[in-house]
Amino acid sequence: MKLTLKIWRQTGPTENGSFESHVLDDVSEDSSFLEMLDQLNEQLLKQGNEPIAFDHDCREGICGTCSLTINGYAHGPENSTTTCQLHMRKFNDGETVTIEPFRAKAFPVVRDLIVDRSAFDRIIQSGGFISVRTGSAPDGNSIPISKVDADKAMDAAACIGCGACVASCKNASAMLFTSAKAAHLNLLPQGQAEKDARVLNMVSTMDDSGFGNCRNYGECSAACPKDISLDYIAKLNRDHAKAKIKEIFS
Amino acid sequence: MNLDPQIPDGPIADKWDNHRFSSKLVNPANKRKYRIIVVGSGLAGGAAAATLGELGYQVDCFCYQDTPRRAHSIAAQGGINAAKNYQNDGDSIHRLFYDTVKGGDFRSREANVYRLAQNSTNIIDQCVAQGVPFAREYGGLLANRSFGGAQVSRTFYARGQTGQQLLLGAYSALSRQIASGQVQMHTRHEMLDLVKVDGHAKGIITRNLVTGSTDAWTADAVLICTGGYGNVYYLSTNAAGCNVTATYRAHRRGAGFANPCFTQIHPTCIPVAGDHQSKLTLMSESLRNDGRVWVPLDGKNCDKNPNDIAEELRDYFLERKYPSFGNLAPRDISSRSAKEACDESRGVGPGGRGVYLDFADSISRLGESAIRERYGNLFQMYERITGENAYKRPMRIYPAIHYTMGGLWVDYNLQSSVPGCFVLGEANFSDHGANRLGASALMQGLSDGYFVIPYTVGNYLASTGAGTISPDGPEVKEVLESVKERTSQLLSISGKKSARSYHKELGQIMWEYAGMARNATGLQKAIGEIQDLRDHFQKNLLVPGTGDRLNVELERAGRVRDFIDFGELLCRDALERNESCGGHFREEYQTKEGEATRDDENFAHAAVWEYKGEGKTPVRHKEELQYENVKLAVRSYK
Amino acid sequence: MFSSSLGKKYLMALTGLVLIGFVFVHMAGNLQVLAGQAQINAYAHSLQSLPWFILWGSRLFLLASVVIHAWTAYSLIIENRKARPDKNEVEVTKRAGWTSLKMGLTGSILLAFIVFHLLHFTIRTIYPEYAEMTTTVGSTGDVEIHDAFSMILAGFKHDIISIFYVVAMFLLCRHLAHGFSSVFQSIGLRSEAWQGKLDLIASGYAWLIFAGFSIIPLSVLAQKHGLYEFYDPSFFASEASEKINTSNLLNNES
Repeated sequence: MKLTLKIWRQTGPTENGSFESHVLDDVSEDSSFLEMLDQLNEQLLKQGNEPIAFDHDCREGICGTCSLTINGYAHGPENSTTTCQLHMRKFNDGETVTIEPFRAKAFPVVRDLIVDRSAFDRIIQSGGFISVRTGSAPDGNSIPISKVDADKAMDAAACIGCGACVASCKNASAMLFTSAKAAHLNLLPQGQAEKDARVLNMVSTMDDSGFGNCRNYGECSAACPKDISLDYIAKLNRDHAKAKIKEIFS
Repeated sequence: MNLDPQIPDGPIADKWDNHRFSSKLVNPANKRKYRIIVVGSGLAGGAAAATLGELGYQVDCFCYQDTPRRAHSIAAQGGINAAKNYQNDGDSIHRLFYDTVKGGDFRSREANVYRLAQNSTNIIDQCVAQGVPFAREYGGLLANRSFGGAQVSRTFYARGQTGQQLLLGAYSALSRQIASGQVQMHTRHEMLDLVKVDGHAKGIITRNLVTGSTDAWTADAVLICTGGYGNVYYLSTNAAGCNVTATYRAHRRGAGFANPCFTQIHPTCIPVAGDHQSKLTLMSESLRNDGRVWVPLDGKNCDKNPNDIAEELRDYFLERKYPSFGNLAPRDISSRSAKEACDESRGVGPGGRGVYLDFADSISRLGESAIRERYGNLFQMYERITGENAYKRPMRIYPAIHYTMGGLWVDYNLQSSVPGCFVLGEANFSDHGANRLGASALMQGLSDGYFVIPYTVGNYLASTGAGTISPDGPEVKEVLESVKERTSQLLSISGKKSARSYHKELGQIMWEYAGMARNATGLQKAIGEIQDLRDHFQKNLLVPGTGDRLNVELERAGRVRDFIDFGELLCRDALERNESCGGHFREEYQTKEGEATRDDENFAHAAVWEYKGEGKTPVRHKEELQYENVKLAVRSYK
Repeated sequence: MFSSSLGKKYLMALTGLVLIGFVFVHMAGNLQVLAGQAQINAYAHSLQSLPWFILWGSRLFLLASVVIHAWTAYSLIIENRKARPDKNEVEVTKRAGWTSLKMGLTGSILLAFIVFHLLHFTIRTIYPEYAEMTTTVGSTGDVEIHDAFSMILAGFKHDIISIFYVVAMFLLCRHLAHGFSSVFQSIGLRSEAWQGKLDLIASGYAWLIFAGFSIIPLSVLAQKHGLYEFYDPSFFASEASEKINTSNLLNNES
């Protein structure tokens, strides 16, 4: 198939970017979206142009590195799919495909389609852990955890930290990410001791990083390649309110 | 080359205890005076950096990804073994040790493996405490499953994302140390060389992948935790960024490389669809529990719709050849059988490189909904990639390179042949021998990172004393300059071919001659072709842009250059190992039935390669392996 | 408590909840118009004669709710614009609809409506004569009280004003449909298990409020244009003179 690709090019975080159009022939419908970009880059190289920089790594939908907005959708129009798992058979011959970086103030563009998502790391560093020294853990079976709770925690922990929630949110809110990360630990008995501090710190780091506010659109969950539920946002809201009230009265 | 394995005295069960007691300790107040560099942030690197930071050392951790949480450990699906014996089914540390040595086809070091089995139980406790959401039974206790043909249920798992969850556990511990300032995290940094001062590893050179700056970092010890080299085959289940550069550069600086020819093939991957393919996707081996593997009896039927091929015209080759294990035959055996069928022109799908994995029987026996419940996500993934519905039409699978057992040689302390340079996880060679058991890779990474290195690196540091050298020292400057020189050399070739196209060609050579089955003629041919490829690369490579900013093609060119050299080393190792064992199958060494023939008399050793200089033939050394606790025996899966 | 992004959401939710409750009470009060002049006047008078601290307390409380709700909303909108300064070339959504995306717009129009509504019927600066409408109908004893009934009818006899009220109530309905359900999400009491039911309740409530409020201007208009008789026809007899009196105020009325 033949495609026209309208791609965002930007040389650095402070430079202005713009769209560049390329025509790509002979795209196999079996190739993944990133393999299509590989093919384009080989073509650009042959033409003496610089290839397009984009983030990718595992190419099997788990590392969360790939981060493209395709035709306006974070990770493309397919549900529950990362960019690397999106295949070209979902596009039509002759189509124009618009490719942009994940757009948010908290995710500055590094180059072309690569953005800096280190704000997510800072959120985790502020509380997304259980403080346990290596070697000091009790036996794994010493605390029974109901299967329901363990499953819910696992649903939240499935987040791959790709940032599609932020990119798809009209306000660039990071609530789905932050709430999934907090809920994973807050749902487990091991996570109770630091629960309040975790929630307060993670939310305040999230706010300081320049993300927008949640307006309950639900776009984040719709774009999430791992289908993380909005329930975790509700849980974060609840846990945060409790923690704040406790903080006021303590 | 000093290859003393430093195995502690005493009975195998006491070695680690004895060693820990006799190891020197660093005074808690002095720990902050030592700097440690950790390269890689996967299970091994992440766990090591977190634990060493927690102990009070000043740690610098480097990874090429944009965050430590994306290391490729994240992609491991199946599970992690531990000798907890929660199932009361006869498991024990000794049994896990025994299974691992036997599974490794008697090419691993007993003492290391025993320690791994001992640590396995602590890993589970540690991970549970960190909040890893392992699968639970209704009573709230940890669930187990049997994995990879093990006779006991000792595999702990978190759905099909065990690697992800364990990595997130290590990452959370690491994040805590980063927040407390104990660990300095350097993301989007790639290690390009090792710095030695007076024979000891004292630092590394990195490229900042965003700004392009080449920098020197010094420390009292360097830990290399950069994973395996599966991408030497171009197509593998590894992440696109996985590379051999860190380990190969350390090898060039004097670290012995052990058993590079021990590579593992995973039998259930989605076959190659065309030339555009950049990566192979693994599907959980658990599919083999309910799927039957077959190819048409007659190659003429390969292009037919599989559902139109009558039962009597199909060859269920695993069931035929291995009646007792059938479709669950071990990874290497199933993989090779699939290759044989395709070599006989009976393969299916594009390029004739695929065999069917058919669920029709299971679906008619258990119903489609039961199969959907068990494997729904895998079937969905298969459909996403191939566009085919595996409920209606048999899946096509083919083996792919998955894990590499070889790696930098290390002693019992995980120290390479360069003092002060330690190697952890898949990057070292020690625990899996010639073949790794399912669900053991995660165990090894975490054992090395959480429980082994804190003791052994402490012992080293206590013996050498603090004294991080200045990054401006002459030894450091020299290496830094050589790295810069190499970068500008890559940029100056200005030929016509992209690094990726060289990588593809290398991959084709490797897969053809050093893939699932190897022979002396093919390997010799491969070495010649790789040398030609290197010459061509040096003259015709094209790297656009400059070195002083983000330049993906430059990164790739450097990695491919090392893969080329390393590919040659792998072929040499395969050529010298005149036996078939584990993941290394030499066609000359097999029984009449096509079973691997191991040669314990001549090859019960780890082959350790010493780098001799550019263009010079490396030298092969041996570490003889002693089997005092497990009797050498032939594997049989008939 | 309310300084963080979540704190602001709590403020939005809590003030929103107050206003959600208020519109119901207000609507229930208004519907007494349908019961006739005596009923609504008596009700209006009973509200007016509440002890001053209760009357002004509730007024201030409601006013504060509106002000805080609006103020917080605008500060959130400003923050949100800053958080995503660059728009996508292609702006699309998978799940979010007009209702949730345009809360700021519907809210702003509603705010303007509230100001107008207060000036119209409460402070009565638009038509100062409304304040002078008095009657003994609905009064206990023969005391002259404010004739709310006449005022409402007079107010809604203007086509344009009535249509504006109905349109505003439709926007309120849309605002509530998302807001009602969002309140529960923001204070953490929503889950996907009952979100379907909650959304249904929210939607039902929103339409109920729309119907309850709109029926009054619509019924007045219907009777004015001779479609149906809801009220005492004598109140519609002076229609012609009314029109002349106000034509200089609303000169774009046809």
